[in-house]
Amino acid sequence: MSVIVFAEQREGALRQTALEAVTAGRVITDGLGGELTAVLLGPPGVRDQAAELGRYGADRVVVASSDAFAGYAPEGMTDALVKVIEEGSPKAVVFSASAMGKDLSPRVAARLKAGLATDVTEISVEGGQVQAIRPVYAGKAFARIGFTAEPALLSVRPKAYPPIEEPREARVEELSIGLDPARQRMRVRRVEGESAERPDVAEADIVVSGGRGMQGPENWTLLEDLVDALGPSAALGASRAVVDAGWRPHSEQVGQTGKVVSPQVYFAIGISGAIQHQAGMRTAKCIVAVNRDAEAPIFKLATYGIVGDVFEILPRLTEEIRAARSED
Amino acid sequence: MNIIVCVKRVPDSETRIKISEDGVSIDPAGVKFVLNPYDEFAIEEALVLKERAGAGTVAVMTLGGEEAKETLRTALAMGADTAVLLKGAPSPDGLGTAEKLADAISGREYDLILFGKQGIDDDNLQVPAMVAELLGLPCATVVVDLQIDGERVRAKREVEGGHEVAEFDLPGVISAQKGLNEPRYASLKGIMMAKKKPLEEVEVGDAAARVEIKELMPPAERAVGEILGEGPAAVPELVRRLREEAKAL
Ligand SMILES: Cc1cc2nc3c(=O)[nH]c(=O)nc-3n(C[C@H](O)[C@H](O)[C@H](O)COP(=O)(O)OP(=O)(O)OC[C@H]3O[C@@H](n4cnc5c(N)ncnc54)[C@H](O)[C@@H]3O)c2cc1C
Ligand SMILES: Nc1ncnc2c1ncn2[C@@H]1O[C@H](COP(=O)(O)O)[C@@H](O)[C@H]1O
Repeated sequence: MSVIVFAEQREGALRQTALEAVTAGRVITDGLGGELTAVLLGPPGVRDQAAELGRYGADRVVVASSDAFAGYAPEGMTDALVKVIEEGSPKAVVFSASAMGKDLSPRVAARLKAGLATDVTEISVEGGQVQAIRPVYAGKAFARIGFTAEPALLSVRPKAYPPIEEPREARVEELSIGLDPARQRMRVRRVEGESAERPDVAEADIVVSGGRGMQGPENWTLLEDLVDALGPSAALGASRAVVDAGWRPHSEQVGQTGKVVSPQVYFAIGISGAIQHQAGMRTAKCIVAVNRDAEAPIFKLATYGIVGDVFEILPRLTEEIRAARSED
Repeated sequence: MNIIVCVKRVPDSETRIKISEDGVSIDPAGVKFVLNPYDEFAIEEALVLKERAGAGTVAVMTLGGEEAKETLRTALAMGADTAVLLKGAPSPDGLGTAEKLADAISGREYDLILFGKQGIDDDNLQVPAMVAELLGLPCATVVVDLQIDGERVRAKREVEGGHEVAEFDLPGVISAQKGLNEPRYASLKGIMMAKKKPLEEVEVGDAAARVEIKELMPPAERAVGEILGEGPAAVPELVRRLREEAKAL
């Protein structure tokens, strides 16, 4: 019995979501018994990352390196993963529900004729069977899913399984893959965003989102100051009203038609809390709302709320947070 | 250019979800069903591409029950030329549905197959890439910008901290993300014409399910929150709570 996780990297560096996937894979492996294998597909040299996967609980790391794997190579990566999975006959295969994982996992599922549960927030093993809990209807309900085919494929929502160290000496094996040229019909190029120094809103530990209550794009410096005060793991988000108005790019939109985020803390600043916005942020651990309308729906969801004007509250908040963080 | 657009009938995004007595499905009473919003982007893109090419057809296809005809009519009213209803139940995971769609598509003529990025009911994000894999076609998902020049496709997709540009030659598969275009509304004339457009029905049976919904639950109630006060004076208390209770700073 075994479990396989896909360990995502970018340009040879492991992504945080790879460690999260290994941690989720560990939960299943510990429930089922057997071995946890991480599959690492990357450019030459990526093998150096294998020890890190062992630190988070992988018993074995299968590495395939190719220049084609520096970026995302949907076809070659599907082939390589299918090969490892077919050889290992695992009970479960875990992906991260990142942009790459959500594109790759259905391809692999189709090849294996396996069932896939997307964007899983909780995994358990009941009587030797893998079960997953995942949001449906934009988070208005949660489904408990069982699998009727093997292996069970899951993609795990970023931040749902923060990495936990379970150190072991992982065995490293090289997989030689002859990439079938006839299957490499796609070329994928990556273009860095403008704010590459900040984490993506979907992967940040802290998210500061602004809504129409911010009154205009020129006032975003107030939110940027707060994000800066919160440190390097914080990112900016936005409501759809703000994106539709052209104040912020769509890549920052949180909600049903934007990104789903599960940070440690979510700041909703001048956001009313429409049901479609909630769909994107209701699984945050802690929600802070600032709104001048005490009846705004966001206060029903918020862990902590302050009623008042964002322009009076934001500078003070930034200042206090900066002070608190410099004390530590 | 011949384009097939796969569409799904889903509950409107404003719908309050009530769980049925059976505990594994939603109670459809009083639920307004609509064409999946992401599929509107796919239809719009198909119509624009066909108009630009000056030739070809846009066919819409769905796997569903009798009631899904209404969804197909909506797509026809937007401007699609023909519609296909694959009669049968979709699967709770994407693969069974993808198999039925791929089967039906493989006998037809197409240059491009378009999808929405996600059905807003199951939120699976699976069917498009699965259909592509089953048909052996290149595929870009969650696309916000699409350029087609002759056979050459350039599809831009949002990824964490930037975007990716995927390039491949037709035929291929694309799934549409918000931002790709602004879907048109059906005109009155379009709605009238939709009634006369061909709607083919094929019995295909129910899709195979590889996952089973064991239970459908309302979201966990969040612990009741607290309004800490009004105005900037409440800020120090907020920061204290964030540090001491939420351990977040
Ligand atoms: C199919 C569909 C999909 C959607 N998807 C999304 C989505 O992905 N994400 C999303 O966010 N929305 C989405 N929406 C839109 C959603 O319904 C709301 O319209 C939107 O979230 C509202 O954004 P907002 O809260 O910024 O604006 P508003 O609802 O206008 O709220 C602004 C808030 O700011 C407060 N305010 C104003 N001035 C101040 C001030 N000076 N100080 C303090 N507070 C102030 C007001 O009291 C108000 O509560 C979707 C809608 C549909 C139909
Ligand atoms: N039953 C269905 N019939 C036709 N197309 C579907 C069906 N289910 C999903 N799709 C298509 O696949 C896309 C993604 O759906 P999903 O993978 O279910 O999130 C949708 O936007 C549709 O374009």
